[in-house]
Amino acid sequence: MQHKSKMAGADGDDSLYPIAVLIDELRNEDVQLRLNSIKKLSTIALALGVERTRTELLPFLTDTIYDEDEVLLALAEQLGNFTMLVGGPEYVHCLLPPLESLATVEETVVRDKAVESLRKISQEHSPVDLEVHFEPLVKRLASGDWFTSRTSACGLFSVCYPRVSSTVKAEIRQHFRTLCSDDTPMVRRAAASKLGEFAKVLELDYVKSDIISLFTALASDEQDSVRLLAVEACVSIATLLPQEDLETLVMPTLRQAAEDKSWRVRYMVADKFSELQKAVGPEITKNDLVPAFQNLLKDCEAEVRAAAANKVKEFCENLPEDSRETIIMTHILPCVKELVSDTNQHVKSALASVIMGLSTILGKDNTVEHLLPLFLAQLKDECPEVRLNIISNLDCVNEVIGIRQLSQSLLPAIVELAEDAKWRVRLAIIEYMPLLAGQLGVEFFDEKLNTLCMAWLIDHVYAIREAATCNLMKLVEKFGAEWAQNTIVPKVLGMANDPNYLHRMTTLFCINALSEVCGQDITTKQMLPVVLKMSNDQVANVRFNVAKSLQKIGPVLDSNALQTEVKPVLEKLDTDTDMDVKYFAQEAISGKYTTLSIFFLYEVASLGPRSKWPILYVSERSTMCPAECVSQCER
Amino acid sequence: MLFNLPVFIHLYERLNSRNDGRCRTSNPIHYVFQTDQSPSSLEPNRASRRAMSSAATTPPSVDKVDGFSRKSVRKAKQKRSQSSSQFRSQGKPIELTPLPLLKDVPAPEQPELFLKKLQQCCTVFDFMDTLSDLKMKEYKRSTLNELVDYVTVSRGYLTEQAYPEVVKMVSYNIFRTLPPSDSNEFDPEEDEPTLEASWPHLQLVYEFFIRFLESQEFQPSIAKKYIDQKFVLQLLELFDSEDPRERDYLKTVLHRIYGKFLGLRAFIRKQINNIFLRFVYETEHFNGVAELLEILGSIINGFALPLKAEHKQFLVKVLIPLHTVRSLSLFHAQLAYCIVQFLEKDPALTEPVIRGLLKFWPKTCSQKEVMYLGELEEILDVIEPTQFVKIQEPLFKQISRCVSSPHFQVAERALYYWNNEYIMSLIEENSSVILPIMFASLYRISKEHWNPAIVALVYNVLKAFMEMNSTLFDELTATYKSDRQREKKKEKEREELWKKLGDLELKRGLRSDGIIPT
Repeated sequence: MQHKSKMAGADGDDSLYPIAVLIDELRNEDVQLRLNSIKKLSTIALALGVERTRTELLPFLTDTIYDEDEVLLALAEQLGNFTMLVGGPEYVHCLLPPLESLATVEETVVRDKAVESLRKISQEHSPVDLEVHFEPLVKRLASGDWFTSRTSACGLFSVCYPRVSSTVKAEIRQHFRTLCSDDTPMVRRAAASKLGEFAKVLELDYVKSDIISLFTALASDEQDSVRLLAVEACVSIATLLPQEDLETLVMPTLRQAAEDKSWRVRYMVADKFSELQKAVGPEITKNDLVPAFQNLLKDCEAEVRAAAANKVKEFCENLPEDSRETIIMTHILPCVKELVSDTNQHVKSALASVIMGLSTILGKDNTVEHLLPLFLAQLKDECPEVRLNIISNLDCVNEVIGIRQLSQSLLPAIVELAEDAKWRVRLAIIEYMPLLAGQLGVEFFDEKLNTLCMAWLIDHVYAIREAATCNLMKLVEKFGAEWAQNTIVPKVLGMANDPNYLHRMTTLFCINALSEVCGQDITTKQMLPVVLKMSNDQVANVRFNVAKSLQKIGPVLDSNALQTEVKPVLEKLDTDTDMDVKYFAQEAISGKYTTLSIFFLYEVASLGPRSKWPILYVSERSTMCPAECVSQCER
Repeated sequence: MLFNLPVFIHLYERLNSRNDGRCRTSNPIHYVFQTDQSPSSLEPNRASRRAMSSAATTPPSVDKVDGFSRKSVRKAKQKRSQSSSQFRSQGKPIELTPLPLLKDVPAPEQPELFLKKLQQCCTVFDFMDTLSDLKMKEYKRSTLNELVDYVTVSRGYLTEQAYPEVVKMVSYNIFRTLPPSDSNEFDPEEDEPTLEASWPHLQLVYEFFIRFLESQEFQPSIAKKYIDQKFVLQLLELFDSEDPRERDYLKTVLHRIYGKFLGLRAFIRKQINNIFLRFVYETEHFNGVAELLEILGSIINGFALPLKAEHKQFLVKVLIPLHTVRSLSLFHAQLAYCIVQFLEKDPALTEPVIRGLLKFWPKTCSQKEVMYLGELEEILDVIEPTQFVKIQEPLFKQISRCVSSPHFQVAERALYYWNNEYIMSLIEENSSVILPIMFASLYRISKEHWNPAIVALVYNVLKAFMEMNSTLFDELTATYKSDRQREKKKEKEREELWKKLGDLELKRGLRSDGIIPT
């Protein structure tokens, strides 16, 4: 009520905004302008006030729904948030007519959005309005001629069912039943996908009497696209039913689905296996799901095997504790062993991403005896993704048996990945370096991996050099500044004299990343002189990166160094002939005394969000375009 | 009433003029269904029949002439094949007892032996395992060959008991769940299709089935008990096969079934509808769209007039939305053919069709835009002047946008309309409406388009307009500047309106937050 008076109070300005003008905007020839107006529909409604929104704007919107789908999508979304703009919950039913039309549109995204909005505003209806306005709409949609309206209806039953009288409930159940046996597969798919949701709001007796028969029918539909959706519903239904009914009501259907002739259905079973396992409980799992899972792991389609392989760890974890080890050792492990040498790389890679998790479940002895050979085999796999997945999960094994057992096989695998021809593979292994370094210890690292880390700094792909820089910082965080001073800083600084300007810039990027973790002493004594010297570089890109570096390492330096060493150099750069060098020198001069957070440093080091970058970033001769930079040098 | 072959070829070539040699349809179906025709009058003409059988032996050409075929080069001709997702685990070796040849037994015993051979051929082999059951595979192949010859030449073999056995044998062999596509982003334009491994048998089964359906002794009244809705449904699902050879056979099979089983016609059309709708709105993936459209092309051609509401709905709600699909280029020729067929049947449909195309006009894909323009030209070629008047305004607003497209192929394709005599005559008749719509774009690009060829074309178009209606042309030239200024002013007014509205929202927002008391 209070709200209403406020709106009424504002009605005075309405004469300023004749509806004709606003509607003209909504009708503009240019789709983009129409779209803009629709997106600001709430502003228009606000200008009109609640009364005129109800009596003029909504009828207009309802009548003129023939537009590009993009506009309709925006409209469907807007209307879901319109309750206050039409005068609050008591008037919310005014929004139903336009949304009803939108719910019958062909384009799926529009329809789905309209249904989403309808579901949202259904909650704002009073129980009476729900029966008087909303439920009739659902009925109309459910008995529409064209499949689109019936499809939309499927998503609306569950939101109104809990809040209507028992006679209406009976009607709703009847409508849902009808749609489940619709002769259009699109509608049956929609019904099947909402079956679980609908079951949740139904009384248990009706779940048993109605839902089960619908579920059974959908699960044996002639189209596999319908059957596979029934598998999803199976999870919800099984959760709702008491344990003693599962065997008779759900299991026959589930067993049939696990052996369906269509791989899509079997894939769905494999994909939902953990959920199914939880829903049916430990006893049925032991008797039924274990053999079913074995079959899925041995399925003739790689898609199904990969989906099942992905679930190996979760399935084993959730097995009842008393028989877990026996089941794994006698039933699951033999299948897993076969999958290690599967013909399909996606299967192997799916398995590799979870197999390490088994070691915590099986304990040290079993891991050493049974799992270790599998890990080692996968570390030698021809497919890099498989090796990578093993390496990325080393921490699980480390907890159980320590990494030493693996380190001898690990090294060749890492070296090979580090030199992989695909830069994404190299990037992935770099990202695991800090983790590996932590687990393998500093000695092993210095001996075997340090050279790799330095080699990445001169990789020919920028993303790798960038990641290598970041990696160095993380390593220093792990091993300390002293280690940095002895092992990596000299090498990094040595690159400042490299003939390739990209490598010289890498030195600067490394300094940006390392100065904070190395501390003031190393930064001032070792890094700063190198940076300053590079301000005379003949390539402009290097020079403006000097300016940027100086700005970044500024906070680490003491004020004396800033005044006597940094400032003159920046002032010199400020008179540079290149406009970008000038720009960044000025940036550094104006910003050098402000303390920069390490966060910002990260952003820059990883070429973070564009929005965080100075406007000129766009014109900066990016390090990503060597060609352009070369021409710069020649100039 | 027979469908005119040269017209189709002409249409097809024009639609493909940009990529010669990419012709995918190996054997368009060259004849037509009459709505209430008796099945016997449905004989294909001789030429097309020859085309059909020759196509059965030569796989459709998939040559691509494309300047940017890096991907195709990289993936050089790797022939992949796949099994049919129906072999669970390897059982024991299969044994079939060899039977005598049909021609070696006396005629009265032949039907019995024919049935036995059909039963033997129900056994399905695993072709992914190239070493297993070699002998038996060869035996089945030769048996199938024998059956093919037998149904072609023999008389009196088709007893009533044979029908269920034939259908059973065909079902056992061809109906199977299609395996998953090898790569997730299978691009039918670029990637080599995965070929069906069991083709040596499958081809013969299809061949046999077609001969069976075409046999003079074939009686649909008996067969309809076995070739029912369920059978057709499974047959339609197979059109998703990645193997173009299989889709080609399926096309012929479905076409024969549509022709001979009047009771299944409505059902087949409805199921094709469902496949298309699913394709457009749910999966965007179905390999056999072009083949199904080709069959529909001949079905539409046979529709009786006036068109039923069901058929019009199919045009507006299924065929038009098919234009939105990403892989349009794979079936555009067949789709455009279907559309033009509809318009030739009932010109009153022109307006909804063109409005539909304008609604779905591609916004980001220039390649598709060129296809749309091509299709529009086909439509304009057959448009009636009275229909043209109804849609000229929205149509030329779009053409004006295309003409000023920075993508020169789009602009060029649109400007080519002015080389079409019939379209020119329509434009001339309505120049007072069209010229003002087109003028601003033409005038602007004549000055600033980057591509000299486009500028030259635009000059020709402007010249044509000048000759058509010089008074109006001069008027528009004179008011060009002031018109632009008026537009700018309007733009400014709009901005101000929205700014005011924004302020209002801010004010009310504050007020309802209780910051400014009312």
